[in-house]
Amino acid sequence: MWTTIAQIAPYAIVFTIPLLITALGGLFSERSGVVNIGLEGLMIMGAFAGAFTIFKLQALYPNNPYVIWIGLLAALLAGAIFSLLHAFASINLSADQVISGTAINMIAGAITIFLARNMTGSGNIRISNFVPFNIPWLTDIPIIGPLIFTKTYWTTWLVLIIVGLSSFVLYKTPFGLRLRACGEHPHAAEAAGVNVKRMRYIGVMISGAFAGLGGAIIIVTYAGEFTGSVAGLGFLALASLIFGQWKPIGVLAATLFFGIASTVANVSQVIPSLAVFPPIILKVFPYVVTLIALIVFSKSSRAPKAVGEPYDSGKR
Amino acid sequence: MSNRIVVSLLAVVFGLLAGAVLMAVTGHDPIAGYSYLFEGGLKNPERIGNTLATATPLIFSGLSVAFAFRTGLFNIGVAGQLLFGGFCASAVGLSLDLPKAILLILMLIAGFAGGALWAVVPGLLKAKFNVHEVVSSIMMNWIAYWTIYYAVPAYLKGEFLETESKPLPEAASLKVNFLTEMFDGSYINLGLFVAVIAVIIVSFIINKTTFGYELKAVGHNRHAAEYSGIAVNRSIILSMAISGGIAGIGGVALYAGNASNIQIGILPTQGFDGIAVALLGANSPVGVLLSALFFGLLYSGRGFMNAMTEIPPEIADSIIAIIIYFAATSILIERLIRWLIRRKANAKSASEHEGKVK
Repeated sequence: MWTTIAQIAPYAIVFTIPLLITALGGLFSERSGVVNIGLEGLMIMGAFAGAFTIFKLQALYPNNPYVIWIGLLAALLAGAIFSLLHAFASINLSADQVISGTAINMIAGAITIFLARNMTGSGNIRISNFVPFNIPWLTDIPIIGPLIFTKTYWTTWLVLIIVGLSSFVLYKTPFGLRLRACGEHPHAAEAAGVNVKRMRYIGVMISGAFAGLGGAIIIVTYAGEFTGSVAGLGFLALASLIFGQWKPIGVLAATLFFGIASTVANVSQVIPSLAVFPPIILKVFPYVVTLIALIVFSKSSRAPKAVGEPYDSGKR
Repeated sequence: MSNRIVVSLLAVVFGLLAGAVLMAVTGHDPIAGYSYLFEGGLKNPERIGNTLATATPLIFSGLSVAFAFRTGLFNIGVAGQLLFGGFCASAVGLSLDLPKAILLILMLIAGFAGGALWAVVPGLLKAKFNVHEVVSSIMMNWIAYWTIYYAVPAYLKGEFLETESKPLPEAASLKVNFLTEMFDGSYINLGLFVAVIAVIIVSFIINKTTFGYELKAVGHNRHAAEYSGIAVNRSIILSMAISGGIAGIGGVALYAGNASNIQIGILPTQGFDGIAVALLGANSPVGVLLSALFFGLLYSGRGFMNAMTEIPPEIADSIIAIIIYFAATSILIERLIRWLIRRKANAKSASEHEGKVK
């Protein structure tokens, strides 16, 4: 049993990280009052921008490790810029945010492959990705060492730092207070001198940047290839956000749950102690649990009160 | 209403223009691109037949989304409903040995039931627990995906491939000789007629029945509807079930008409395109029919365009996605129309003014 857990843990973490950073991005957007169902598309855009940048730079500077980091930065920027489409539609034009988000998903899925075919001749972009490593000394710590510090990636630690910083920013800084106020009582926030529209722009752009980063992290860790899809992870991130009740720690727990559940389902056939479960049960498990969690939380939902409503400063 | 039509038409124009810009900046000739695209969809009877066939599942998925929209519900789970409805129909088609007409009717019923079952879950969760239907129907999509992934190899496995079901026998196929011959070997099938009938029935339900009126009332203002004595929860559940059922029949058209078996590992993209079709069609059944035909044309023409030029086929998906963005931000277009009207009025009064001075 222990060896199974130790074998699975590194993969579960690697799978959790892109989900975590994307869901965290969604948290900023929804806390500012804008539903962002376009996380999937923003991830795809980030994955494309990251893969394309790395692909081009690796041709120029083979074996230079900084190239991948530049790719991640490009993904962050691409996600933030692309999210402006959603921000403009939902904040300035009072569009239906769910439909605008759906349009974001469709645009990203189509245009990235269109561009990839034009620029590289193929819809798939292969890159050389990060190589996982064991952190010296820390791996020797009993229990935690093999679980957390083996076969790890730098991006994992970067994302965990971002999660910590985000918690701090959201709950301990005036900026965080204002952002949350815009998602709860935008009119009160405005009366207190907060520029609601600007805060919502910032919220959506952070979600774009983080989702873009999440998409690119998939490419530079376990995937190694852009294929024009992130296999529904953006929607799973959205579910994690609700599951985690719009709180950073809750989101961390929810994404870890999905990470572990998906990894277990993926490796169940090669690990004898898991092969006793029919694979369909393991595959469907996370989604069924989400449905159950939605029912359980429906009575006490902590959803931001004004989320999804266009802000109209004239309406009281 | 006429305003909505103008918005939709302008969204199409802007989408096509954006597509032209995309082709131009990537170094292709947009005029050649579009002429091959439209030729590819309309050049001869076979291509016209294929355009109609490509549009068929889109009519169902668009109708499904539009129907739910009328009750204020966003059914993003059409992909899963198509898949599961198609699976149920295929199971019936592969296991019963009956005359074609009876078998096809049973398959359509099975498809409707399967799709309705898949959509009624989000409907129930919405009505009983106020769970947002978008997230729950996305979960249902993935549950359908994995159910089919394991159920097809286990129960309907083809002879040679693990990844697809046995091909349906001739008696269980919506393809009929007279249609195939009329359109020179196209894969057009009876699904198109079922789709047109569905458009008429849905149109009747929405516009002429009390039930349709209640749906619209709930969609317009849930609380007001409740106050006036409409059983809101019942409307929500029924609306989702019917919406899913329509999608399920779309699955029959897709897997027993356009194709002859189900492949595993794919969520049918037609499900998500249904959102686009409904939005562009302004959620009216006839609008859905027209926009599905237009998308069918883009999708069926892109192969020919791709063969004749270097333009990647994803241009069609890009154009559709951009059209949806413009349809979603219709306020932008409405403002533009108002601005144009005002400018025209100003120009007119200015010229009248000038005339007076002379």
